[in-house]
Amino acid sequence: MGLITPDLGLLFWTGLVFVLLLVILTKFIWKPILASVNAREQKISDALELAEKTKAEMHALQAANENLLKEARAERDAIVKDAKETAVKMVEDAKNTAKAEANKIVESARATINTEKTAAIAELKTQVAAISLEIAEKIIRGELSSDEKQKALAEKMAGDINLN
Amino acid sequence: MSLIFSAKRFFTLIAAMVILTPTYAFHPGEPIPEEEFEVGEMIMHHISDAHEWHLWGGHHNSVSVYLPIILVDGGLKTFSSKHFYHGTPKKAVVDSLGKTVEYIVGSGPAAGYAMFEEEIYKLKDGELQFSKMEKKDGNEKLVYTEFPVNASALDFSITKNVLSLFMGAVLVLLIMGSVARFYKKNGPVAPKGLAKYLEVLIVMVRDDIAKANIHHHKYQKYVPYLLTIFFFIFINNLLGLVPFLPGGANLTGNITVTLFLAVATLLVTLFSGNRNYWGHIFAMPGVPWPVLIILIPIEIVGIFTKPFALMVRLFANMTAGHIIVLALISIIFINQSEAWGMLSVPMALFISVLELLVAFLQAFLFCMLSALFIGAAVEEAHH
Repeated sequence: MGLITPDLGLLFWTGLVFVLLLVILTKFIWKPILASVNAREQKISDALELAEKTKAEMHALQAANENLLKEARAERDAIVKDAKETAVKMVEDAKNTAKAEANKIVESARATINTEKTAAIAELKTQVAAISLEIAEKIIRGELSSDEKQKALAEKMAGDINLN
Repeated sequence: MSLIFSAKRFFTLIAAMVILTPTYAFHPGEPIPEEEFEVGEMIMHHISDAHEWHLWGGHHNSVSVYLPIILVDGGLKTFSSKHFYHGTPKKAVVDSLGKTVEYIVGSGPAAGYAMFEEEIYKLKDGELQFSKMEKKDGNEKLVYTEFPVNASALDFSITKNVLSLFMGAVLVLLIMGSVARFYKKNGPVAPKGLAKYLEVLIVMVRDDIAKANIHHHKYQKYVPYLLTIFFFIFINNLLGLVPFLPGGANLTGNITVTLFLAVATLLVTLFSGNRNYWGHIFAMPGVPWPVLIILIPIEIVGIFTKPFALMVRLFANMTAGHIIVLALISIIFINQSEAWGMLSVPMALFISVLELLVAFLQAFLFCMLSALFIGAAVEEAHH
């Protein structure tokens, strides 16, 4: 058997074994192995893609949250401002109302006082008139207690009239 | 599962056949003649095919496994090769100076046949003839031949290489079967154990060899072939590096095996060849017809030189590796001194480790170039 002369028997066995090996390996071994490896690679690439997508989603969500927060803050500020304004206005209103009420009470008091005063003055007037009348009566009585006196008075009065 | 089981049974059967048949060519009492150590002969014996699997021992106290011989010669004849190794040695003159060679005439069921340099010939007149009459210038002349002129028998024996081939194939099936079982059981998960190591190679063949060289729409079809050829060569290369049974046969360094693998790649290439491929061979576009007259033969030769290079590359690399290791070990025996082992063993070890790399590299190269040729055959025109 020369080193570089092909041998028919070995060629036959090599061919037989190789073809059998090729068929068996392809059908029962390479197929499941390659299928599994491919499936796993698909799974990994899918997972990576999903992670990337989730990350983007998270990003979007975060941005949305940020916006929401900003909006909420603005709203809160607006509400607080509103509330402050309302409070100020309420106090103002209350003050005004109170002032008006006080004014009204003062006015009313003043009116009452005036009325009382008028009444008092009227009473006083009446009494003064009565007292005056009494005094005048008394004086007249005294004046008219004698004829002379009566005469003198009449004269005097007449003189007064003349004077006027 | 059942496949693996039957593969195991087959392997056991082969192992049983091998273990039960050996008989030892041990002849106690016979004087052991001092023979000169022939390096070339020893190395050629180790790298060539044989009908026995030599285990240990020298000429007269050697222990071998005798392998079955299968001859097709007017029907199937099967018998143990011990009928040759225990046959009658005979000498024949092979040149005009009287140089002789030895061949063995078979006994028992091997009667009628003789073995010369592991080749089986049919006996004529009870002997092998190394000369023939040749007519030259009108008168007949005796011409000596290197090999016997007897008809050689159709030899389908389970030789050392064939047995090694079986063991290599069973090994590939067992290893890959366990990987396939892992994936079948666990589905698409991260690989563990054997699968972890082999998946790297499988993915390498798929991505770096097939996908990189064959158009990405068509590569999938060729992945099983490329995987098979890669692991067939790789496992058998490694098996050849094991210095004892079940290794040691120089299977991938045998020209017959590399010839078959190269022809397989050639056939795959030719049957995959599309219009564009054949167009580039018989009518290279953009080339004037007078040039084609020269170009067509060159292209046709090119079809065959590519697989031829594949065949020679694998054969030469693996055989050379075996020869270097054997030659380095032989330093001890040439000098007949164990002290030379201090030099020869580290050197042989170094080359053996290098051979591990070569075992992978040659499998990778064969597979890579096969993919390259297939890729060129299925490539679509792009101009």
